[in-house]
Amino acid sequence: MKFFLIKRLSTFAATLFAATLLTFFALEILPGDPALVILGVDAPDSAVAALREQLGLNRPVTERYIDWISHFLRGELGVSYTYSVPVSELLRERLAITIPLALMAMALSVVIAFSLGIYAATHHNRHGDVLVMGVSQLGISIPNFWLALMLILLFAVNLGWFASGGFPGWYAGWWPALKALILPAIALATVQGAILARFTRSATLETMREDYVRTARAKGLNRRQTLWRHVLRNAMISVVTVMGLQFANLLAGTIVVESVFALPGIGRLILQSIANRDVVVVRDIVTLLVAMVVIINLVVDLLYALIDPRLRSSDV
Amino acid sequence: MSDKRLPGNTLASHKAGRTVASAPASIWRRTLEHRSFLAGSILTSLLAGMALLSLFWTPHNPTRINIRQRLASPSLEHWLGTDQFGRDILSIIMTGAQNSIMVGVVAVGIGLLFGVMLGLIAASAKGWVEELIMRVCDFMYAFPVILLAIMLVATLGSGAINAILAIGIFAIPTFARLARASANAIWSREFVLAAQAAGKSAIRITWEHILPNIVSVIVVQATVEFALAVLAEAALSYLGIGSQPPTPSWGRMLSEVQTLVFLNPWLAVYPGAAIAMTVLGLNLLGDGLRDVLDPRLVYKR
Repeated sequence: MKFFLIKRLSTFAATLFAATLLTFFALEILPGDPALVILGVDAPDSAVAALREQLGLNRPVTERYIDWISHFLRGELGVSYTYSVPVSELLRERLAITIPLALMAMALSVVIAFSLGIYAATHHNRHGDVLVMGVSQLGISIPNFWLALMLILLFAVNLGWFASGGFPGWYAGWWPALKALILPAIALATVQGAILARFTRSATLETMREDYVRTARAKGLNRRQTLWRHVLRNAMISVVTVMGLQFANLLAGTIVVESVFALPGIGRLILQSIANRDVVVVRDIVTLLVAMVVIINLVVDLLYALIDPRLRSSDV
Repeated sequence: MSDKRLPGNTLASHKAGRTVASAPASIWRRTLEHRSFLAGSILTSLLAGMALLSLFWTPHNPTRINIRQRLASPSLEHWLGTDQFGRDILSIIMTGAQNSIMVGVVAVGIGLLFGVMLGLIAASAKGWVEELIMRVCDFMYAFPVILLAIMLVATLGSGAINAILAIGIFAIPTFARLARASANAIWSREFVLAAQAAGKSAIRITWEHILPNIVSVIVVQATVEFALAVLAEAALSYLGIGSQPPTPSWGRMLSEVQTLVFLNPWLAVYPGAAIAMTVLGLNLLGDGLRDVLDPRLVYKR
């Protein structure tokens, strides 16, 4: 376990380090001078030069990298060029939308996945199973932003139950705010849920073939008891792992779906910042997002090893 | 679904593996009987046919603007109606198929070429080389493809090529992991040991014994990755960082008509349905190929 932990943690640190290097230097070659972005193209050369000096853009790249990373590690994020507000403030505002959205989508996809996946597994090779597999195959194939558009078409344009986009802000009360996130969450959760449902089905089927399940049946538990006490508890371990690994996809999906619904979340912020050549914001947010994904993968791995001792010794 | 075709004793046929189950005649029978393979091939051929046809014929010129006929409903002249500029939607959708296929082929090509190469190197070299390659792949997995594409596009500028590049790069670790895992399994087989004993070099063994034995797995993965590439390209074009006008692209069509769904909802339906059908076809084809090419895997599904 100790060796596993050390190995896993060092990979984790190396991944994060490489991610900061990649993000920093990729954005270094970004065309466009931040000083020009702030002052506008018509600014006199002397002003641009002065601002470059002030922003520290004239210092060597390595020095600026170290400077950035040491501040970043202490939680001191930069100040946005275009918004002239600290990135941390922007982040707080935007995460207040993206995180509830991602959580809602995650919860919804779990409900979809577990009910469909377990139903299909317990009705293996019967009509219900075939139907679930067909529907989930379709769910995987639908682009989430198109589903989002279709949801707008149906629930906002035709039925008028929801607004077609935008976000009223949390100060408008929790219900109007949540309501604005329902359609985006459904759009995200359908695709995720379809993927997870297939995993849940195959994991449940696989566990049902295990010897200990037969033993449980032999000792007199009925099908339902066996399913809940033995099959699902074991099958869920691998499903939860996949869920963790799918988190990166969910985040990426959020970027697109936020665009469809004009939600001012992290995704919109990244897209706008890139359009505005706002290197400071892009750098900090991309690094944070990657860190989030890496941390979740680490947690999943560690939890997995904690639950399933067989994994600790093997090459992970 | 597919499990039905196996004889009752799955474990026995699983162990018997190739020799029993894949006599040449039964490959064709399996292929024709496999429903998802059949459905997948039909959908995929439809896509390919549409793209091919559009190379030399479309009902109308997909880029010709005709304001007087804008937002027309479906009619005999315009089967799917026209868009906000009076362009024929069917023609744009048909031409858009070219774009999706091109993106898929190039992106999967990049991922497959470099991924399989890295995977094979990792499997034959072992030791720190294998470790390094696999850790780099792990690292690349931490970047969601959309994020990678956005960064690449931010650095190199918007355009189809950069989007394709990003999708292709993202596919590399998937192919590398798959190739390494499958190659490792082959490396431990007796006939490879025999080849080693006969003094064949690692490169020769890889080329003559490993690669031919992992091709089917790679082909299956390529089909699935193709579907992912089509989806990713559509998303990037929707965000405005994929293919640029006037190249017809299903993803961009969706972003262009988004504000018009109030006027003509069908405008938003067609391109999305085209994407979904393409992806569905490729996924079904991949599933079918997996079963048809390697009957042993059927047991595991």
